[in-house]
Amino acid sequence: MKAAVIVFPGSNCDRDVQVALRQSMGSEPLMVWHKDSDFDKVDLIVLPGGFSYGDYLRCGAMAANSPVMKEVVARAQKGVAVLGICNGFQMLTETGLVPGVLMRNADLRFVCRDVTIKVETSQSLFTAKYEQGEAIRIPVAHHDGNYYADDDTLSALEDRGQIAFRYCDQEGKLSEAANPNGSQRNIAGVYNETKTVLGLMPHPERLADPKLGGTDGRALFDGLVEALS
Amino acid sequence: MKARVHVTLKNGVLDPQGKAIEHALSSLGFDGVNDVRQGKVIEFSLSESDPAKARAEVEAMCEKLLANTVIENYDIELNA
Repeated sequence: MKAAVIVFPGSNCDRDVQVALRQSMGSEPLMVWHKDSDFDKVDLIVLPGGFSYGDYLRCGAMAANSPVMKEVVARAQKGVAVLGICNGFQMLTETGLVPGVLMRNADLRFVCRDVTIKVETSQSLFTAKYEQGEAIRIPVAHHDGNYYADDDTLSALEDRGQIAFRYCDQEGKLSEAANPNGSQRNIAGVYNETKTVLGLMPHPERLADPKLGGTDGRALFDGLVEALS
Repeated sequence: MKARVHVTLKNGVLDPQGKAIEHALSSLGFDGVNDVRQGKVIEFSLSESDPAKARAEVEAMCEKLLANTVIENYDIELNA
């Protein structure tokens, strides 16, 4: 399996993703600078977290219109797996690869802590190593993670099984108290229609090594390697 | 030609920043302020001098970059 991590000016989780991928793949992912729209064929593209282009205008808006993203969108449309984490999720909504938008957190605060999220389905490239309904602990760190889409879009997402993760308590129950940012229907991550593109606010790469205090994020990368090798 | 684009949140989309401003105004003693909504104003000059062509060009900019039409409306003002 080959993977590429796209590095934008202002990305700050690109190295964390590189380490997590190296650990699961046993080989080096390609690190692609945002100006290089011509990069090798890969099975997985990761859009990392951070503050690409200083979050100017709207989070992810500048990145979504950068030359490398035209190539990412074209490859995603051909079925190449794309994982967008945090700022990467914001880029995915800005390009329209996944529906909805990430607004300012409802309480207006930057939230940086571990949250519990429920794995909605194990039937995807990204979640095959988790149990359906499993509650996993993953950190969030964002100011704009409040997922919004209109009610028709939300219901269509639910009907088609496109909700990937929801914020929950430690027993896996959804509640307002477990929702760190005001996201509609506690949504923490969504798929595109073919479930080959995943956007999520929590950072699985930050809890993929016991030395960092947890490994709940590792199964996402291990699952991808198994599915795409 | 000068263009001014107003980007505002659509009706029905919650605006936590607007709510915070409303709350701050009220605590400053400005009573009777309701429905505060925060938006953006983007100004620029255009070399295009034909108003219809300029409007079409700015509309395309709004659709492609200046507004996220999932949650935002835009309003265009043009001045010679």
